[in-house]
Amino acid sequence: MRLFPSLYGWVSERLDVTPLVYLVKKKSVPAHRHSLWYYTGGMTLFFFGVQVATGILLLLYYRPSAEAAYESVQFIMTEVKFGWLIRSLHSWSANLMIGAIFVHMFSAFFMKAYRKPRELTWFSGAFLLFLSLAFGFSGYLLPWNKLAYFATKVGTDIASQVPVLGHSILVFLRGGEEVSGATLTRFFGFHVAILPAAATFLLLLHLLLVQVQGMSVPPALEKNPNAKSIPFFPNFLLRDLLGWLLALLLLVVLASIFPWELGEKADPLAPAPAGIKPEWYFVFMFQTLKLLPAEIWFIPGELAGIAAFTLGGVLLFLVPLLDKNPTGRWGRWISRLGWMVAAYIVAFTILGYLWPAAK
Amino acid sequence: MASEGTEKKTRREFLNFILGGGFTALFGAVFYPVLRFVMPPAKSEAFGGSVSAARIGELPPNSGKIFPLGESPGLLVHTAEGEYKAFSAVCTHLSCTVQYRPDLGHIWCACHNGHYDLTGKNVAGPPPRPLTEYPVTLSGDNVIVSPSRGA
Ligand code: HEM
Ligand code: FES
Repeated sequence: MRLFPSLYGWVSERLDVTPLVYLVKKKSVPAHRHSLWYYTGGMTLFFFGVQVATGILLLLYYRPSAEAAYESVQFIMTEVKFGWLIRSLHSWSANLMIGAIFVHMFSAFFMKAYRKPRELTWFSGAFLLFLSLAFGFSGYLLPWNKLAYFATKVGTDIASQVPVLGHSILVFLRGGEEVSGATLTRFFGFHVAILPAAATFLLLLHLLLVQVQGMSVPPALEKNPNAKSIPFFPNFLLRDLLGWLLALLLLVVLASIFPWELGEKADPLAPAPAGIKPEWYFVFMFQTLKLLPAEIWFIPGELAGIAAFTLGGVLLFLVPLLDKNPTGRWGRWISRLGWMVAAYIVAFTILGYLWPAAK
Repeated sequence: MASEGTEKKTRREFLNFILGGGFTALFGAVFYPVLRFVMPPAKSEAFGGSVSAARIGELPPNSGKIFPLGESPGLLVHTAEGEYKAFSAVCTHLSCTVQYRPDLGHIWCACHNGHYDLTGKNVAGPPPRPLTEYPVTLSGDNVIVSPSRGA
């Protein structure tokens, strides 16, 4: 190809791109028995890309109001060519993305990739995890169906239990005292403007840091004298691409064999249906709140639960500052704690699905 | 010299103070309206008047109906004994909408299996407080619920 060199020449006469080329050429990715986890971030990135692409397509037909939202999604699914597929892809990829980001976070945690100098990478990543949960929570309401309506009612009500500020938070989230069309408009704004803008910024920062600092090697393997590595370009990138192809395959299979359902339209004058559950990634918290006694000592059980999860989120964010001596005794305890948290999340998620439905 | 130095310093401090104060004021002038903007205006107080919740004869004994009570849902119960009772339909646990269960003869919340008796008292499950009861009057053809009069 003659086109590429001449294009490159044209650009480099106007903008010095050698540092960029150098960065890409120089970068290598360590190869060891835990290398597989290095692909989880790219996987999350892939699903995010799918979300942006399908989300923008959905915007062409979606209408954010209590009167029209459900009908517009129905229209997407029944009239628009491949509308069912685009919506199903957006819903499935949302779930896969959240699954991927959890795996990615835990892998970075157990490989202690947050050690100096990568604290900022961890902070931006933890923030992205919270943003993803917010994406899921706000998107869930958009089709304006019964399950989402009541799940949002419950979710926002939980937020209102925060001392002092609780009621203001509730009114801010709902756009009023009740979940209504005003809530839908707000959630739409969060979902398609505020969250994408914030996520894009943090993602660029996160990726820039990763490119500049390179991949960290877990402490146990760091001192290995014959450590191997592979070039980032093209070797690692090609493997990433292979992973993305497999992810696309999985996504398309899921989206077409199990098209996402729409359910019944939300009706503020209907009783709540049985079996209200938040999306699976909130189930472990929800199940915990359900099992807490009404009062712990003198604090209402729910409040204690919310406080504990908030504290958990803050601690997660601060991990790089807490783990001062990653290979010492304290560092090993932090890893053990991580395993316990992971086990807790898995156990309570499963419990949430097995718990007998209300009679 | 020394006095000139300190004078310069205080002048710089003064200018920094003005600059900092100016930016703080600007910041406040920008963010205060934004903060007020994102909090929706309160609807002209909680619903005050009376509503016709149902027509007489619409509800057979031992059944219930949800009706709009301003912004939020209310629950009208026609008891098996033929009495009308009205409550807020917002569960005191996490604000799901409750319903009347004819098979149990009392009020039930499906979200986390909360039960209330026909005085609104929370009798089982997670709800921490009773449902607010509202006075009901019969007027002509209508079952009238009047939250403003208190129970
Ligand atoms: C720029 C990015 C995005 C845009 C423009 C966008 C746009 C939309 C729109 C218009 C809808 C309503 C249509 C529908 O409900 O089918 C929707 C729903 C939804 N979105 Fe997004 N979205 C974006 C990113 C994301 C991300 C990153 C996630 C999750 C991690 C996500 C999760 C969801 C979910 C769970 C729904 C509900 C799906 C359903 O039940 O139909 N979205 N989104
Ligand atoms: S919301 Fe009614 S029992 Fe939880």
